[in-house]
Amino acid sequence: MDWILAILETLLFIGAAPLLAGWTKRVKCRLQNRKPPSLLQPYRDLLKLYRKQPILPHPASWIFRAAPYVVFAATVLTAAFVPLVAVNLPTAKIADVIVLVGFFALARTFLVLAGMDIGTAFGGMGSSREMTIASLAEPAMLMAVFTLAMSAHTTNLSQAMNYVLDTGLVLRPSFVFALGGLMLVAVAETGRIPVDNPATHLELTMIHEAMILEYSGRWLALIEWASQIKLMLYGVLIANIFFPWGIARDFSPESIGIGVGMIALKLALLAILLVLSETAFAKMRIFRVQEYLSFAYLLSVLGLLSHIILEAARVHH
Amino acid sequence: MSITDLDLYSQAILLLAGLIALTSFLMLGQSRLVRLVFIFAVQGCLLAGATAMAAGVLNYPHLYISAGLSLLLKGIVIPLLLHRLIHRMGLHREMDTIDHPARLMMGGTALVVFSYYVSLPIVQHSTLVTLNAIAVSLAVVLLGMLLMISRRQAVAHVVGFMSIENGLFFAAVVSTYGMPMVVELGVAFDVLVAAVVFGVFFFQIRASIDSLNVDRLSKLTEVER
Repeated sequence: MDWILAILETLLFIGAAPLLAGWTKRVKCRLQNRKPPSLLQPYRDLLKLYRKQPILPHPASWIFRAAPYVVFAATVLTAAFVPLVAVNLPTAKIADVIVLVGFFALARTFLVLAGMDIGTAFGGMGSSREMTIASLAEPAMLMAVFTLAMSAHTTNLSQAMNYVLDTGLVLRPSFVFALGGLMLVAVAETGRIPVDNPATHLELTMIHEAMILEYSGRWLALIEWASQIKLMLYGVLIANIFFPWGIARDFSPESIGIGVGMIALKLALLAILLVLSETAFAKMRIFRVQEYLSFAYLLSVLGLLSHIILEAARVHH
Repeated sequence: MSITDLDLYSQAILLLAGLIALTSFLMLGQSRLVRLVFIFAVQGCLLAGATAMAAGVLNYPHLYISAGLSLLLKGIVIPLLLHRLIHRMGLHREMDTIDHPARLMMGGTALVVFSYYVSLPIVQHSTLVTLNAIAVSLAVVLLGMLLMISRRQAVAHVVGFMSIENGLFFAAVVSTYGMPMVVELGVAFDVLVAAVVFGVFFFQIRASIDSLNVDRLSKLTEVER
């Protein structure tokens, strides 16, 4: 029974990811006074791409063909063990948040290899930029995760959420810093403004699009879908770790229903926040990204320090 | 006693302490003078907020007066004075160069760890809930000094100096429920006077060396060799 629920949750996760992308695009259009496309447009785009015949570039090796499947599988596996509507599911017990960072790294490695595999200038450029950004973003993310782990005494996401729920509302300085750091990392890792622009092809500043420029058809559909799931993964991580209220703690239909409603609400709000920041800020020069990410790292380290300095238990003599 | 045992107001004081430390770091990394002064104003407001919270938690009504004073002086009046000075001297578009930003931040983090290490013996022998923040206030003092030695612009030096004062004030609030009212009024007045005097001083520096870059003060001759 638990396993069926876990599989259903994963299916909901990957099924709802294009919806979140559609919602984000819709809010953005509204803010920019454009006529928004339908909420279901990302599904139609994926379907259209899936039906098209993929084209294989001449110099492509097996890596180019395998990469979309590896990327998609790694992302779906990650989605399987991140608690979306309920904690204590059996899948959440399998892996902790360090595995999550590892899966992201696996997906990224294959995407980067595929970008370099075809030997075009754009692919190599995008790959090198992606790796530069990842090598700076990953330490910041791990530090934010360790800050959480120090408070909750676990790196398992489900247990950490249980801990936050059990202690109730506590104003922790370390969580505020970790939240800030994780949000900055999320923006960088999912390729949003100000680090990368998701809405553009063929621009000299692009990162993600430069790597997947040669992909077409169902391979492109898989990669696009995976990046939509990745955006949702970061959203769910932020929403459920720092504001886990409303998530189902038992498997009764009512609490599952509340869990679905609450996570939808939280993600919708987070998407609005993301779009507001995307509208307010301009894209950075690529060489300013390291300053941005070192700030994210600083926030996470300050979170770790403030946990030790301000929150730690004191021994009375 | 860990943070989960405290009431929400004490937690809020600790949270504000963390944010004050963050503003110190932001000042350290900010090369534009106008934004530097703005972050300084934010630090003043956070400080006033923390003081007001402490007044409520510890039931010391005179701390409300200190909170009001620091909001008025450090949050509004002094930043406005500095802001006007920057505009009048035409420095609002100027960028101060920070030589090694990443190294500076690492140095700042090391200072935080150092101040924690120094204040650990004090913290362990007291039962005061807010005393954990004493390491943060010491760190704010040290970060203000780091800001002063890492910059060349005289305005940035003044902001660093005022931020040192913020750190001392915060230390007084969290460790001894604030200083006596007379001392506090005196210090507040001193800081205000200092801001005005620094303003006059800027014009003097600029009249004599035609810039506010204090590196030029280390040369003895007017002629470049």
